[in-house]
Amino acid sequence: MAISDKQEIEPVTPEIMLAFYRRLYPFKSLFAWLNHEHVPTKLFTNREFAFTLQGDVYLRYNSFSNADELKKQVCSYNPTRFEIGPVYSARPRDRKTVRPAAFSPQLRELVFDIDMTDYDPIRTCCSGADICHRCWAFIAAAVRVLDRAIRDQFGYHHLLWVYSGRRGIHLWVSDREALELTDDQRRALVGWLTVIHGGKEMHKKVNVRAPRTPLPPSIQQAYNMLEPVFRELILEDQDLFASEEGWKALLQLIPDNDIRSRLEEKWEEKARRSSESKWDDFVDEVERDKKPKSNLKNAKEDIIIQYTYPRLDAEVSKRRNHLLKAPFCIHPKTGRVCVPVDPRTIDSFDPEKVPTVQQLLRELDKIAPSATAGEGAAVVEHHSDWERTSLKPYVDMLDKHVMGLMEETRKAKQKMDLSW
Amino acid sequence: MENRRGTIRHTKLRAFEEIESSLKYPFCLNFYDKPPIDDITIEEFETAALDRLRVLAEIESCFARNRSFDEMAEVIKTICKSDRCSLWLSTNSASDKDLDKEREKDHIGHFVLRLAFCRSEDLRQRFVKAETTLFKLRYRWDNTEERQQFLNTRDFDWVLASSEEVQELIPSDPPTTYYKVKWTRVPDLVEKRKVILKGGMAYVPAAEQASIVFQAFQTLLEKALEATAKALPRLDEDNRLVPILDNLSKGFQAGVSSEWASKTEGQEGLTADMIDEMAYKHYPACMRNLHMALRRDKHLKHYGRLQYGLFLKILGLSIDEAVAFWRKAFSSIQDDKFNKEYRYNIRHSYGLEGKRANYAAWSCQQILMSNEPGPGDSHGCPYRHFSTDNLQSALLTMYSDYGLTSQDMPEIMNMVKQKHYHVACTRVFEITHSRQGVKKGEGVGAGESVTHPNHYAARSRELTKEEGKEGDGDVVMQG
Ligand SMILES: [Zn+2]
Repeated sequence: MAISDKQEIEPVTPEIMLAFYRRLYPFKSLFAWLNHEHVPTKLFTNREFAFTLQGDVYLRYNSFSNADELKKQVCSYNPTRFEIGPVYSARPRDRKTVRPAAFSPQLRELVFDIDMTDYDPIRTCCSGADICHRCWAFIAAAVRVLDRAIRDQFGYHHLLWVYSGRRGIHLWVSDREALELTDDQRRALVGWLTVIHGGKEMHKKVNVRAPRTPLPPSIQQAYNMLEPVFRELILEDQDLFASEEGWKALLQLIPDNDIRSRLEEKWEEKARRSSESKWDDFVDEVERDKKPKSNLKNAKEDIIIQYTYPRLDAEVSKRRNHLLKAPFCIHPKTGRVCVPVDPRTIDSFDPEKVPTVQQLLRELDKIAPSATAGEGAAVVEHHSDWERTSLKPYVDMLDKHVMGLMEETRKAKQKMDLSW
Repeated sequence: MENRRGTIRHTKLRAFEEIESSLKYPFCLNFYDKPPIDDITIEEFETAALDRLRVLAEIESCFARNRSFDEMAEVIKTICKSDRCSLWLSTNSASDKDLDKEREKDHIGHFVLRLAFCRSEDLRQRFVKAETTLFKLRYRWDNTEERQQFLNTRDFDWVLASSEEVQELIPSDPPTTYYKVKWTRVPDLVEKRKVILKGGMAYVPAAEQASIVFQAFQTLLEKALEATAKALPRLDEDNRLVPILDNLSKGFQAGVSSEWASKTEGQEGLTADMIDEMAYKHYPACMRNLHMALRRDKHLKHYGRLQYGLFLKILGLSIDEAVAFWRKAFSSIQDDKFNKEYRYNIRHSYGLEGKRANYAAWSCQQILMSNEPGPGDSHGCPYRHFSTDNLQSALLTMYSDYGLTSQDMPEIMNMVKQKHYHVACTRVFEITHSRQGVKKGEGVGAGESVTHPNHYAARSRELTKEEGKEGDGDVVMQG
């Protein structure tokens, strides 16, 4: 079953949100993740937070001295969500008191956003905001390809993948060098990773090489991962070329008029032919093709890439000052928590199994009745209530990730000490 | 001087002490790590900056006009070599040139413009782009051997990749030479996938080695500009410099004024009754608009009279003819009102009254940047101050007799949209003079863009003269 707006979803009320922030949200872990060490540094204190309040009021340029201050403010605003921006050269909350030239973004995790809606032309199971475990396979393939590319090619190690709560996934890269990338460098990196170009009006969206030359090595690496995905996902699961719209789109990508009209005739006649058989028809043609200047083998590879390669929202990644929703926020429509995801087990991740905020609060109530219930009751701090809910494995995942970052910071400091 | 020469040698150029010993600047290429420290006069300061500004502005308009790098190289070479700019840097083999003098001027100009352009993000970006391009051009023009010597004096942090590494990553026969650098040093090559990436290192093919140099130049300059911006408030105390710097940065925003402002190189014997024809045939849109407004309203407001009057002066209209021209043009005004209110001002603008200053005709920069026209005004630059619709129909009215059609409009309006007003004007010049053989990209001669209305008109007249038809046209009334 798909997660859908039409489905009956328990509403996420302000009361639920407040209880979540008070009792469950892992502020300490979030702080450590942004700060890379225990004592607050500019990485945290000069960091922009933006709040979306009930009724879509948007408050930018908040900043905090430590995790407690952040928690206090979040509980007082009770936002529907909050976003994390760059580390500025001054505290964002002081920005009006410093010269404009002295207030600019300095550091920022390298971030990526992959959204299922960009896959609408190539999925048949759902569309728009909907998502199911079947189309999650597209996201899973994207995660595997990008995770590998960023680690192998760019040499980054500290990658945190976070489910966006509904139909997509975010990636935060926290390596020191990644934090320091300029906008130009970010743009270059995104350019390197982007393969699918052009909007609706462009049939062929993959243009990564000169005619009759092999794929660039980095794309070849991705291709090797994507070839089996194409068969399983596009041909078998989504059966994308079953519909007339689907196979006609495929024909557009074949750069040989003779073959194109032969296939069109055949497929029009046998409308029921499965995607797999249609693809095999095409592959047969490619193999039979003996034209000396033919580019068909490349066309076949390009088609596989076009149907499976990650579709990035490039704008999110290009600029340091882009804001992105914080991990562990609640998606207001689904009630699901934006939990970290392990890329090594991404294929078995099921978005429908991610805990909802209501479910977590119920689990908590079973153990200890809500402290927020009584009017005027002292607000008891519940820093680690999450440990007793199904949120635990996800917070543990973040904490483990943070340990890696802290270890880097320790090593860097040691090196500095030695160099003095 | 002695002291300075010694300092440079010991920090940077030790390796080349034996090869180059007599020059303060041993190479034409310069990464501008050190500011000039010798005393310079305010004139040197200004000339070096203005000349460089002309070159940078021309580089910008080459970009705006989508010139290829080869075309740009030709245009910029001509300008650098011209007397107007004289910013050509000779190689060491050119023994007849004062190499240090050329290179010192280059050095000073660069640093003055840094001061002028560090003050906003936008200006910084444009300056970096233009300067990096100038560096690329000089890199290309330099003698291969001297260039290599220059590169050897710097540490670019590149490592020659071992052949085992290369064979493993990119098996090829024969193996290609690759340089290894942090990928962040060559973002442009990464974006275009012209390198191999592994573990954060970019393997740059030898053919792209220059990119590493250019990127290093750009990064260094970006950082230097930011540092200068932070230090600048202290500089603002030197009030001799601030107005010059302000002017320079304005000049960059508008395309640069040429020497047209003060030259009276107009036609001998130009008379008041020849102006209509002149306007029809040779005026840029700003002056054409003023002339048409004058004929229509029989009047122009203050700034309109000023902008147009000074233009006419440079065009070659003598003071007597100017008085006659304006007297006839303001036909609904009585003689004594004209004599009282206008005659003085006309004589004044010719430097014959008041403080007898020789007022310069407005450059495109001044027209674009100062005295923004209000509702009843006709001065200004139509490309900038007209609405899109009005500009299109005005241009077609003015120039359709000279071959401008509505098919040309998308290109022109696109330039306008990107705020490249002088580029749009230049393009109109090219189109309306294509019958005289002006091709796209040639501008008002040698690829230059319009930076002064008098330059536009003079070039237009020159072209007609070359055709041998000047003088036999009919007088055409515009109104
Ligand atoms: Zn689905």
